Amino acid sequence: MIDAETLIEAIAERHDRAAFASLFAHFASRVKAYSRRLGAEPAVAEDIAQDVLISIWRRAPQFDRRKASAAAWIFSIARNRRIDLIRRARRPELDPNDPALVPAAEPAADRQAMEAQSEAQLRKAIGELPPDQAEIIRRAFFDEMSHSDIADQAGIPLGTVKSRIRLAMTKLRTAMEEYE
Amino acid sequence: MVTHHPTPDLLSDYAAGMKDEPTSLLLATHLALCPTCRQEVNRDERIFGSMLESLEPEPLSDDALSRVMAELEAEPTGSALAESKTPASEGAPLLPQPLRGYLGEQLTDRLWRGRGALSIIELLENFPGVKTRMLRIGAGAAMPRHSHHGSELTLVLAGGFADASGHYVRGDVAIADPSVDHQPVADAGEDCICLAVTDAPLRLTGPIGRVVNPLFRF
Repeated sequence: MIDAETLIEAIAERHDRAAFASLFAHFASRVKAYSRRLGAEPAVAEDIAQDVLISIWRRAPQFDRRKASAAAWIFSIARNRRIDLIRRARRPELDPNDPALVPAAEPAADRQAMEAQSEAQLRKAIGELPPDQAEIIRRAFFDEMSHSDIADQAGIPLGTVKSRIRLAMTKLRTAMEEYE
Repeated sequence: MVTHHPTPDLLSDYAAGMKDEPTSLLLATHLALCPTCRQEVNRDERIFGSMLESLEPEPLSDDALSRVMAELEAEPTGSALAESKTPASEGAPLLPQPLRGYLGEQLTDRLWRGRGALSIIELLENFPGVKTRMLRIGAGAAMPRHSHHGSELTLVLAGGFADASGHYVRGDVAIADPSVDHQPVADAGEDCICLAVTDAPLRLTGPIGRVVNPLFRF
């Protein structure tokens, strides 16, 4: 597993092209796979993947490992690019510098050491999900399928789809919390 | 202090980018006012990030990296620095981002349509079947009794209101589905200002609903 956080920081600090090439090797093909799942044609999915990697280079100075894991940060860039390009829509997001933003009661502790552990824990929990739960959350969140379409396709009741999604997400959230 | 939150399902869908712009606008504005849900969304984004990494890779064309590198030759990093798009004038503004960007700095009177107990500002009118509106309910006034064909999310931005499901103040999100038949009443003392997103027309069910009410044609 690559240390993506450190690679992004290397780009921010010294425009490290080798670090960028490593990130590209790991993430571009996965962002392409993500965009393909969400209905992009191969050529469009490839454009999205390249755009996302270029955004990583440009926005590296804004990356803050105390606020997000590298994978979460890259996911959010890919998600927004996909909404722009495939859905041709805007994604409203909060502004972290907004004076109207209500801050957390206690500033988030420096959790770097725990982060790495909780990241590994999360990966393990995803790997250990029962196949039906893993597949259903991929369909719900990575295929833009409605819950009723998922139910029809799998031949299971809508309530079962919803409860499996809830169950799987709860497991994954709990896996991370143990280290927070 | 926010006590009524969107469901975990809604937050996960927002984190995954599955919600339309009107619902995302409401949820993102709630996040600005609610550190608890902000943390939930961060957590979901980490889950989706990890799921992204676990996808079977789809290789790019052989020259993809060299083409991207060539594009980067031309520019330094940090060329897209964070900027606050709509700087607030002073103090904490009534409307947080991203809502402020849709309405402007001040909720001036000329934006509101209607008089009396209920005035409205329509937003995002290009989404068929979805109504996005700012509502201003006069202090102490009751809304017409109504139920829903679809779902309704209401985010309180000023004042407060109460219905059978509870009492809602700034930052709270009220969730109503087709089973809910309610009559919200604004708190006394201050007009109640909300952002409401409804994905199907409301049904007026009370006695007021039977008379033609040009203001309340949801």
